[in-house]
Amino acid sequence: MRRKDKKQLIRIIISAISLGIIVAIDKLWGFPISLTLWGFDLFPLIAYLIPYIPVGYPVLLSAGKNIAHGQVFDENFLMSLATIAALVTGEYAEAVFVMLFYQVGELFEHIAVGKSRDSIKSLLSIRADTAFVEDEDGNLDEIDCEEIKVGDIITVKSGGKIPLDGVIVEGRSSLNTVALTGESLPRAVEIGDEALSGCINEGGVLKIRVTKPFEESTVSKILALVESSAENKSKSEDFITKFARVYTPTVVILAAFLAVLPPVIICINDSGIWREWVMRAMTFLVISCPCALVISVPLSYFGGIGAASKKGILIKGSNYLDALSHCDTIVFDKTGTLTKGVFSVTEIKCGEGVDENELLSLTLASEKYSTHPIAAAIRRFGEENSYAPSPEVSEIEEISGLGVKAQYQGEILLVGNDRLMRESNIDVETVSPGVGVYVALGNRYLGSLALSDKPKDNAKTAISALFEQGIIKTVMLSGDKENEARRICEALSLNSYRAELLPSDKVSALEEIMKSSEKLCAYVGDGINDAPVLARADVGIAMGALGSDAAIEAADIVLMNDNLEKIGDAVALSKRTRSIVIQNIAFALSVKALALILGALGIVGLGIAIFADVGVAVIAILNSMRNLK
Amino acid sequence: MRKTCKLEDLDCAHCAAKMEIAISKIEGVLEAKIAFMTQKLTIEADEKDFDRILKEAQKAIKKIEPDCRIVL
Repeated sequence: MRRKDKKQLIRIIISAISLGIIVAIDKLWGFPISLTLWGFDLFPLIAYLIPYIPVGYPVLLSAGKNIAHGQVFDENFLMSLATIAALVTGEYAEAVFVMLFYQVGELFEHIAVGKSRDSIKSLLSIRADTAFVEDEDGNLDEIDCEEIKVGDIITVKSGGKIPLDGVIVEGRSSLNTVALTGESLPRAVEIGDEALSGCINEGGVLKIRVTKPFEESTVSKILALVESSAENKSKSEDFITKFARVYTPTVVILAAFLAVLPPVIICINDSGIWREWVMRAMTFLVISCPCALVISVPLSYFGGIGAASKKGILIKGSNYLDALSHCDTIVFDKTGTLTKGVFSVTEIKCGEGVDENELLSLTLASEKYSTHPIAAAIRRFGEENSYAPSPEVSEIEEISGLGVKAQYQGEILLVGNDRLMRESNIDVETVSPGVGVYVALGNRYLGSLALSDKPKDNAKTAISALFEQGIIKTVMLSGDKENEARRICEALSLNSYRAELLPSDKVSALEEIMKSSEKLCAYVGDGINDAPVLARADVGIAMGALGSDAAIEAADIVLMNDNLEKIGDAVALSKRTRSIVIQNIAFALSVKALALILGALGIVGLGIAIFADVGVAVIAILNSMRNLK
Repeated sequence: MRKTCKLEDLDCAHCAAKMEIAISKIEGVLEAKIAFMTQKLTIEADEKDFDRILKEAQKAIKKIEPDCRIVL
């Protein structure tokens, strides 16, 4: 609790106790003294001012200041006016009660907001502001992170947070990435591995060569992203602030009519009637305060965004969280998103009179230097099954988009896709399913290798979880051949797929899907080569973005690891947040509307009116904070 | 350029919305945003105007929530 809040609490306690005593005296025995002035007993007023002043004085003061600044429809003013009117008309206890309750509500509101601000802060306390650097004598100096330059060597003790991004140059350890990814499985690292800021060093002492300055390190970027997320306001937030801007003046004007018109019409000279209608107008003033409405909406979204970041889901604004709850279609990129993005050899077919060893040794030799993922997969397969590349293959030349051409025993060796074979007039047996790599020597066909990419282990359950969350359509975009795309689509029970897309076709494919879907459309990709698609979608979700700036930049929602189940979590959270927001708005508006009607009819007085304001705020805040848990 | 500063003792969500409008109206401000939950004020304006704009913004804020201060 802040000092300001403590002071307020003390005021409230003093006021509540003295109110209790005075009410007891007043109701049980009556005041023993009277102080009559112009035939009017002033003593009760003075007595009730004792509890009124501790809670009322700060409000009156702010009201005075704000009127001087031209802020008329401000809460302090409304409360001051209502309670003063109550005091003047002789409703002493009610006046004090209203002010007291108003202060209780304010205090509660401040504490609740402070709490949720703190919980976000502690959630984000993953940044270390200082780093240890060894000096010439081998002592560790603690240095401010902002002073550390790229290339410096920092030391991270066991149990310490890694302050800046870098590469490990000494030591081995396991890193806990839970703060970044929400995933508690530690990651084993050794010399040469990347160490990202925000991870906790759970093993031995590490020395890290810094590769990024503090403000560009992963953890700083994540913090900046979450902190600025509150700026991207959702439609509901805009609606409620705009509504409040109209609501308060309207109710105040209604209150003015209510105070003046009925008495003028009924009986202008009856002071009892005037008193009655002025009090009804005052209930309007109390109900007209907008804060309950205005605070609960951003608080709900903030809770949702906070809860998401705890799970390694970064949301760039409440507008995106809101949009996600309106999505009925989710489009996935295939490679690296739905699948592991790692190819493996699934089948080997040898031509007539060729043995497997010969086929593999020639293929391995030709693919020795290629950086293509297919080549890497073939080399891995070779190593695992102890095939050796043939040393006699020479003059290896890569032909982009087709394969490799080389020399072997005076003949031309071709290793590549079906197009390469067709261009050299070699008949092949097409590989299916998967991607085929064909081998030919001279004009003799030697055989083929089939490679394919596997779906991620949890992909199927993750997709079915999405259907449970109310997503009605899932589509996969792929650059692969038709049959390969269909195979993955069927394996994962997706609704449909689009195959053989060039990277540039993906945007238009997405646009077509967006047109055909009734509600909004989210796109999930890795953010590496599909940034335009991420940007085009209603909600762009980048996966496995830890350490990838391009993905963080392009997406609206960033999943720090590549776990597909997080998408379902994010959708569920968005729906929950949305329903909390709707509950809050509907509840606050209906209670206020009801209180206005009953107040105008004279059925409820100031006591209920203050509940309609403060009680509703408290309930809405409590409801919003459910999300943070 | 954009600049973000912290708002200390920003307690009222409705006031934050009012401040946002008031600051947006200051001459030279291209865009002003206040995030109530993170207590952050972001102003986009020409660099040379910043000192003046911040002073005027502080005044505007004081008028709406007297306790609230801009912290750089």
